Amino acid sequence: MNLHEYQAKQLFAEYGLPVSTGYAVDTPEDAAAAADKLGGDKWVVKAQVHAGGRGKAGGVKLVSSKEEIRAFAEKWLGKNLVTYQTDANGQPVSKILVETCTDIAQELYLGAVIDRSSRRIVFMASTEGGVEIEKVAEETPEKILKATIDPLCGAQPFQARELAFQLGLNDRQVKQFTNLFLGLAKLFADLDLALLEINPLVITSEGNLHCLDGKINIDGNAMYRQPKLRAMHDPSQDDEREARAAKWELNYVALDGNIGCMVNGAGLAMGTMDIVQLHGGRPANFLDVGGGATKERVTEAFKIILSDSNVQAVLINIFGGIVRCDMIAEGIIGAVAEVGVTVPVVVRLEGNNAELGRKVLGDSGLNIIAASSLTDAAEKVVAAARGAK
Amino acid sequence: MSILLSKNTRVICQGFTGSQGTFHSEQAIQYGTRMVGGVTPGKGGQIHLGLPVFNTVKDAIRDTGAEASVIYVPAPFCKDSILEAAFAGIKLIVCITEGIPTLDMLDVKVKCDELGVRLIGPNCPGVITPGESKIGIMPGNIHKQGRVGIVSRSGTLTYEAVKQTTDFGFGQSSCVGIGGDPIPGSNFIDILALFEKDDQTEAIVMIGEIGGTAEEEAAAYIKANVRKPVVSYIAGVTAPAGKRMGHAGAIISGGKGTAAEKFAALQDAGVKTVRSLADIGNGIKEITGW
Repeated sequence: MNLHEYQAKQLFAEYGLPVSTGYAVDTPEDAAAAADKLGGDKWVVKAQVHAGGRGKAGGVKLVSSKEEIRAFAEKWLGKNLVTYQTDANGQPVSKILVETCTDIAQELYLGAVIDRSSRRIVFMASTEGGVEIEKVAEETPEKILKATIDPLCGAQPFQARELAFQLGLNDRQVKQFTNLFLGLAKLFADLDLALLEINPLVITSEGNLHCLDGKINIDGNAMYRQPKLRAMHDPSQDDEREARAAKWELNYVALDGNIGCMVNGAGLAMGTMDIVQLHGGRPANFLDVGGGATKERVTEAFKIILSDSNVQAVLINIFGGIVRCDMIAEGIIGAVAEVGVTVPVVVRLEGNNAELGRKVLGDSGLNIIAASSLTDAAEKVVAAARGAK
Repeated sequence: MSILLSKNTRVICQGFTGSQGTFHSEQAIQYGTRMVGGVTPGKGGQIHLGLPVFNTVKDAIRDTGAEASVIYVPAPFCKDSILEAAFAGIKLIVCITEGIPTLDMLDVKVKCDELGVRLIGPNCPGVITPGESKIGIMPGNIHKQGRVGIVSRSGTLTYEAVKQTTDFGFGQSSCVGIGGDPIPGSNFIDILALFEKDDQTEAIVMIGEIGGTAEEEAAAYIKANVRKPVVSYIAGVTAPAGKRMGHAGAIISGGKGTAAEKFAALQDAGVKTVRSLADIGNGIKEITGW
């Protein structure tokens, strides 16, 4: 689960880390009023969406009057912000963060992730902060400094000092960086984070370290023990169909093809998309119905797949391990009848009672094409989608 | 021989009396697994499926000599259950449960390594040595005792590979689902090393997925250490890069993790890669001449 910048900064502040004072608001009036509360004559206004690249997309602005603040809020609230990290529709803006302005002397980068290879939390720091950090990592990986956190000892001050001196910080900044590093490590562990990023971490014109942005991603598996974070979830940032699928414990991701896919198991779902493409088709979605492909879930899966008007044929690929294929077949028949599916449906059943399952489908009298193998299924669904055009 | 598990391995189940534990223990017993009991705290002394229930793993080991444990307890309690088994002296732990917090797994992995415990999973189908023993949720009937070792990150993709190797008549020595979580107890390299040493295993199938760099690391290992023929399929050529937040994920992986990069690394290591999931059996036939 992702957090907004303003939420990440609230958490940073709770851990005693340096962030700007600011207010997250949802009307132009409150945005202007926030400037009064903050005082001063220069502010930064930032559209709150779950995506990076906001600055280049016009979602961040330095302003020097309340009129400008109001205009910015009117321009963005209720609209979608499209950045290079969003899809073509962008992400809806329902809050604007109004902050005090920070004078920047230098931009650094500081991030932390769970690194699968080393099986550790790894902090990364660089003097090359800002939007080009990925390019820096690819072209000049030596400019990305790393510190690996031991799971049993936790983060240690010496690790912060090692990074800080390599970043070229002065004595006072080394102390500030150490506090920041230890605070972030604690936050990471306390809140079950998967990713944490401050880009940029700036040195202000007064020479102090300051977190100018904040991105936090929380481990979805740990949400059950993070009730406070769960309450911070902003459903408006989730894809509507994906959220609906999640309610039924279906894992759905929309793609831009025309062949709907319904599969049990995430790996097999990807494998099915791959084989559809290999045979000249284009998958419309990834959908994992999970282990229990019951009539209710298959019905819901059909509704979600068919809510995409590009879908011209559906491929159902189920490997019945423990569950019986004839029961799955009956679920599919019930769902097709209930939803009123009009596009061709190709079904490949394999595993437990597969033959009986195929027979049940064949006898149903519905527009269901039974496939004898994976390759056969892919060929048939691609042909069916072509025929439907 | 086979790897990890044989008909003689004494197995207990943690979460034995729950619905998952009960169902899959019944299946395992039917398959021939040497189940010797189970653990459910507070139910010690009862008999379940004709086997003794214990309050603690320690009790179970003392009374049954259990060497392996399969875990079906809910995710919030898995760290505790895995550590209980590891500290009690179980040497093979198979955790089927999905949804364990990643930070829990960081700690668990360190401790298991320190104690010399082989952990398989979490979020995996388990381990099977066909014709002898199975611990996990895979359907026993699609397997056939034989000469291909299968290791995979995905459950249902493993079944596809199993079915093809059975249909071709090759059969399997052992099949190991290492699970799809970011921090698995065992990775490809751990299992490849076991297959390379195992006499019964004559060829290896490795099934990977996009994300992470486990396949690239396995490719480097195969190049240096594995002499047996390896066939590999990677799922996710068509998967979208996904909505990203920030850069940290991309920076740590250094641009690795796509299916194309994984295929390239494996080919460079002399692995026979197949682009279609349906071609795994053919791939083995091609490189082994069977």
